[in-house]
Amino acid sequence: MSKVGIVAYGTMPFSKEDHKIETILHKSTNNLFQKNPNIDKKEIDAVLVSTNNNSKYLSPILSEMAGIQPKIAHSIESLCNSGTNSIVSAFSYISSGLADMVLVSGAERYDSPGQILEWDNSRGEFKHPIFWASIFSKSYKEEYGISDEELAIVSVKNHKQAKENPNALSKKTYTVEDVMNSKKLTDDLKLLNCSRPCTGSASILLASEEIVKKYTNSPIWITGIGQKTTSAGFTKNTSLSSMESTKLAGKSALEMANHNISEIDVAEVHDAFSVCEPMILESLGFTKPGEGMDMIKKLNETNNFMINPRGGLIGSGHPLGATGISQTIEIAQQLQNTAENRQTDNPKTGLVHNMSAAATSSTVLVLEK
Amino acid sequence: MSFEKELEKGQFCIPECMVCKKLVWPPSEFCDKCNGETSLKKEEFDGKIIEFSRQNEEYFCMVEFCDSIRIMAKMTTCPKKDQTVKISKCGIDKNNYFFHVI
Repeated sequence: MSKVGIVAYGTMPFSKEDHKIETILHKSTNNLFQKNPNIDKKEIDAVLVSTNNNSKYLSPILSEMAGIQPKIAHSIESLCNSGTNSIVSAFSYISSGLADMVLVSGAERYDSPGQILEWDNSRGEFKHPIFWASIFSKSYKEEYGISDEELAIVSVKNHKQAKENPNALSKKTYTVEDVMNSKKLTDDLKLLNCSRPCTGSASILLASEEIVKKYTNSPIWITGIGQKTTSAGFTKNTSLSSMESTKLAGKSALEMANHNISEIDVAEVHDAFSVCEPMILESLGFTKPGEGMDMIKKLNETNNFMINPRGGLIGSGHPLGATGISQTIEIAQQLQNTAENRQTDNPKTGLVHNMSAAATSSTVLVLEK
Repeated sequence: MSFEKELEKGQFCIPECMVCKKLVWPPSEFCDKCNGETSLKKEEFDGKIIEFSRQNEEYFCMVEFCDSIRIMAKMTTCPKKDQTVKISKCGIDKNNYFFHVI
């Protein structure tokens, strides 16, 4: 399999602003080309758009607006992990030889229809994600003797880290008391335990080894990919205190990259809700079951940005189709030592974890210098 | 689907494969194991509370039927884990299923 690397990327601030999806898509794509004026658009073979938006023909539209005439142009939707799934598709096009350079642009509006999975009628009238998050929280707390105050530390840490991210939705820091005193959504979930849907986009340009080396002196390679879908419906989850799809996707990605989890220096993980972060850390193998909060508390106390340096979904905001791409860009920046105030200590290997619909589907990427 | 016709009438049924007898969920006309056609089992099923939480004064619960089928249902009294419950009301409202248990 030929190597696939990152040539360039572009972003925009995440906000609650009301813009057309086409406008948002174009913003981060344009930012990419403004920062990398030497890129020859004629070399771009494919344009993939990651979104849950209902607008049609977005990839050809973006291509036209950006002045690209690709061979391959289409959209990809998989709820919250549309972004990394699009990156995996781009990787496949390049490694198979169907394309040499692929632009992946993800975008979402604050009112995305992807927030609710209408099909999942097993959830009855409880289709909003706060209900599965409440069930996960209750189950996780009971299984491992974790308190609401401990889970609140995830939100405190990620808002603190987001403050160093100029594109993050959150501009504030919070205390455990602030989280505990925020609006009670259910007995097991407060408002500040939640990531927020928002408007945003992120774009990344992937290419074959030859092209990557032509355009950049600091290439980042995608060396591991793991994906697993266990079901579509929330109630099919076999465990409510761990994530089976994440365990399997993480194992596959690390095996492909020929690494073990202890060699991961920095990671972006899908903290859609506070409880997700310890569950993910445990499911990926960063800690033993039930010890994820110990790791998070230590990272917070020592101001170590190793997990979710850009602020995760809780701090950065969650524009569904852009999230996985934004996570990947953050890890690329970390590995290139260009993450400024968020920079971790000279990381060499990074990981991206992106998931959908109560962890029924997970995608994990391993990135290396 | 006939499951939904029954649900609209307030009857909770569970599809069962006519070939291999597997209970099929979410409701489908075809078995996800052997691809055979399903028929509906109509009875008063016992459910078990797997997990629950509360929003305002109402509890929402994950309830398991027949050791394999799980739904989210509303309960007005405080549930207990492993408590046996029955469906007291169900139906379809604005394209959404709803289930109440007691």
